Amino acid sequence: MSALLKSSIARKVVMALSGLFLVIFLILHVTINLASVIDPETFNVWSHFMGYNVLVQFLMQPILIAGVIVHFAMGFALEIQNKRARSVNYVKFKGSENAPWVSRNMILSGAVILAFLGLHFYDFWIHEMTYKYVEANPADPTRYYEETVAKFEPMWRTVLYVISFVLLSLHLWHGFASSFQSMGVNNKYTPGITKFTKIYAVVIPLAFIFIALYHHLNPVMH
Amino acid sequence: MKLYLKIWRQKDANSKGKMVDYTMEGIEGDMSFLEMLDVLNEDLITKGEEPIEFDHDCREGICGTCSLQINGRPHGPDTRITVCQLHMRRFNDGDTIVIEPFRARAFPVIKDLIIDRNAFERIQQAGGYVSVNTSGNTVDANAIPIEKEMADKSFNAATCIGCGACVAACKNASAMLFTSAKVSQFALLPQGRVEASDRVRSMVRQMDLEGFGNCTNTGACEVECPKGISLENIARMNREYLSATAKG
Repeated sequence: MSALLKSSIARKVVMALSGLFLVIFLILHVTINLASVIDPETFNVWSHFMGYNVLVQFLMQPILIAGVIVHFAMGFALEIQNKRARSVNYVKFKGSENAPWVSRNMILSGAVILAFLGLHFYDFWIHEMTYKYVEANPADPTRYYEETVAKFEPMWRTVLYVISFVLLSLHLWHGFASSFQSMGVNNKYTPGITKFTKIYAVVIPLAFIFIALYHHLNPVMH
Repeated sequence: MKLYLKIWRQKDANSKGKMVDYTMEGIEGDMSFLEMLDVLNEDLITKGEEPIEFDHDCREGICGTCSLQINGRPHGPDTRITVCQLHMRRFNDGDTIVIEPFRARAFPVIKDLIIDRNAFERIQQAGGYVSVNTSGNTVDANAIPIEKEMADKSFNAATCIGCGACVAACKNASAMLFTSAKVSQFALLPQGRVEASDRVRSMVRQMDLEGFGNCTNTGACEVECPKGISLENIARMNREYLSATAKG
């Protein structure tokens, strides 16, 4: 297994699979978040289920965290290897002439998303873990909506979230379709995959941006 | 035409190189880029200076030796050509042209603009062939029917001239396009299928050993390839590699 993971192609497949797993996770995440805009009660029910269901908490959550760690760790490891592959840099290198900006700057968009995840985990995950397991508060299935809206009250946090979602969009714009190429899929379905990637890369981050701005400007709560 | 050239000069593999400025006058648009360098070298020799070493052979776009990065792009500003097919009419009077060797850790500079591309040869030697019995009972390759689409794809992959522009253009100095073309040209034909699994494993292992970077699917290699080798080949090599690995 370790010998296999030394292969450049196997490493790229790991990147592709972990990336696709996170892409699918985003659909679940945005669906739950949209409930906070449409019906706060449903949002509370779903959030409580995600926070207290044993399977979600002790099986899905560790798998998700592992997926995030693998994707970022492998991404940085590959980037270091790629930098080493050109020991002397060009005096002049016109990368923009033959490849789009998004594809050449995945490490930049990825690093911003990682920084965002730090803030996001601090905001919600650490808060949840503290609430449930450190402070051992009793379960309150009605608290989630108000807590979420309160998080988006400060302008700085909303702005940081919006910037991160723009970078997420750029990352997905290249990464989603690219993962299929890494796994060897380049056939008659590729134009369709590319088109779907562009729609996905715009719609999902835009939904997250809308939710963040909606709660920042929430007419009911503020 | 008057041109300002900035050219990489490096005494040998162990020396540190630097960019050196040259000014050229009277350059005609009909000259090829390599002829322009010939003229510059004649000037340098007349002055008693060391001429600039650069690789060239066929001067008709098929040998792939003219490995120059011109103004930040392999083989210069045009696509689907090598440096010998680039003409000075593509430049304007007063232009500054930056000329460097292809850069990759696996392509060390030998002198000035000449690089060592033996890494490609070693990848090819690792499996880029078909073992054929030549004892006198060889079956005529044309006796095996091959569907047109497969034959065309294989031929297209086989047009790779191993120039290294893919590596030069890639921000990661990845050799996936070259290796995948060499894997594909055999993988698509019945004669090549027999050794397909061993071939792809060996060639990818050698490619990694040479210190090339990883493919991040930017597509720069496909744009800069003088023969238009498609990214489809990289996907095919990935499939071949995964299937060979699964078989064990």
